[in-house]
Amino acid sequence: MTRYKKFKDVEIEIYKKMSMIRKFEKRIISAYESGNVSTPVYLSIGQESIAATLATFFSNGIPIFAQHRAHSYFLAFNGDPSHLMQEITSSSTSWSQGSGGSASISSKEIQMFGHSGLMGDQVPIAIGYALVTSSPVLAVVGDASAEEDYVMSAIGYAVKRKLPVILICEDNNYSILTEKFVRREWKLDDVAKAYGAVSFDIEDKPQEIWNKLSDWNFKDVLVLNINTERHNWHAGIGQDATPTQDRLADLKLHLLKSGYEKDLLIIDSNIDLRLDQIWS
Amino acid sequence: MELDVASVIAKNCRIMLEDKDGLILGQCLTAVGWVAGTVPNLPDHPGIIELSMADVAGGGIAVGAALNARKPVVYVIRYQGFLWYNAISIINYAAKSLELFRVPCPLLVRAIASEGFIGPVAGNSHHSLLLRMPGLNVIAPMTPKEWTEAWEFHFGSNLNPTVLSEHRSSYKITKDFNVYRSVEPQVTILGISAGRLSALAAAGQLTQEGINVDLFHLVWLSPLRFPEEYLNSLAKSKFGIIIDSDYESWGAVQALAFQIMELVPGVTIKVCGLDKKSAGFSKTTDNVTPNSDRIIAKIKNQLNLRGK
Repeated sequence: MTRYKKFKDVEIEIYKKMSMIRKFEKRIISAYESGNVSTPVYLSIGQESIAATLATFFSNGIPIFAQHRAHSYFLAFNGDPSHLMQEITSSSTSWSQGSGGSASISSKEIQMFGHSGLMGDQVPIAIGYALVTSSPVLAVVGDASAEEDYVMSAIGYAVKRKLPVILICEDNNYSILTEKFVRREWKLDDVAKAYGAVSFDIEDKPQEIWNKLSDWNFKDVLVLNINTERHNWHAGIGQDATPTQDRLADLKLHLLKSGYEKDLLIIDSNIDLRLDQIWS
Repeated sequence: MELDVASVIAKNCRIMLEDKDGLILGQCLTAVGWVAGTVPNLPDHPGIIELSMADVAGGGIAVGAALNARKPVVYVIRYQGFLWYNAISIINYAAKSLELFRVPCPLLVRAIASEGFIGPVAGNSHHSLLLRMPGLNVIAPMTPKEWTEAWEFHFGSNLNPTVLSEHRSSYKITKDFNVYRSVEPQVTILGISAGRLSALAAAGQLTQEGINVDLFHLVWLSPLRFPEEYLNSLAKSKFGIIIDSDYESWGAVQALAFQIMELVPGVTIKVCGLDKKSAGFSKTTDNVTPNSDRIIAKIKNQLNLRGK
């Protein structure tokens, strides 16, 4: 599944993807502020490590069933950023003339299936897809949509059918602004285990995610509840508080300390150049 | 020997399973009766997939199985009332996938209506709840020929999901339904689903009494197939009545009545469907498709009002 010989190569690749996501979404913020984006946007800034690590691990691709916050998955899995820019800016040349927008990203090229807007419905749909293909599929939810009643019942069925499904929960502790403790007593990994899935509650550090993916046998249902921090609002570009953690900054510092300053400079310059061309 | 509707369904499903690598998904498919004999009795066939009893998740799994049209997929909903739970992903994802994402999701849903002593959830037809949604075909076949046409349409060049509003009262039917045509019709009767059985009985009785009746059958509900001949009949009779096994209030019959009255100046359209109440289990509390007596009474009342 992966072509990397040493973990530093993995980290460089993850950094490349995280940086692209961050820089692309910063362009969205600028475009929003200047009035060039007027439809709702759902940013992944702060959460980039999850999609970036998954995409680096599944370097040959995997069918993706994400939901409304999915710029990160599209970009990390090598979706064309110019296509995403066109869709977000409602360009007539985009793949759906803006009808999907920021929230319903679809791409045949990278096997990314659009989301209808019904939170969590991508999980049973992903499982049905795996039922036919018998190949691994990736479903992504947030901690709020994990509470939709059909999500874990579908996981239970995937376990029964021994389908190679990986469910990622990007857990930022909030449904918009309502914290988890207000909504439930249970933990996702406990419930997933009760359904027979292999499940872990982990942090969004690339190494931690990578290790759990590497241990996966591609047969059992794997559920990873990944604790993360979204920097911007649920919808829109605003911020309520200064972020308490930044995995991109952490990884950059780590790589700089390891002597990769020149590599990072080239990576970031290339991304800036590409985004300049796209967003001009 | 002519096959009845149930046998035609089972035969087509068997061919799909054995020759086309298709899938049939649903709950309790292999239980006693094999869904009234409409699922082929192939206990070990890998294409017959028992889902868990989670209705909402099951509908989503069926949608995912049909996504990208990799295999022919049939999803069986044993009681049409369960559409309220199962239809969530069918309406919100399968029906929108082609339009929004350019990805076909041609799921065939067999939603089976039952009525009579079966209670408030399992009972009755509920196709009206689907008709407003774009991207979804809704067809209500009652004869072997109609069912086969719907099946062939769906698995032909069609790329959208299709809901077949089946009715258990059709399963023993072997022949096409009669159409009534008069030179000077006094009433034009339009029947949908099991309402067509009552409509036929009513048309026969009225004809015997000397009332000129036109009777037509509505099978393709969305997109609606409504031939010119029906409009011409309504233009002559100036009085139509639509019979359905679904709810009358805010249902297909009322929506169709409005459309007809917009197209045919001066026409009066009455509707006759389920009462606006929950179906109880007992005879006195049940809520079933209008019988011929109720239809005849409604027609005669209108004709008397008009002095015919």
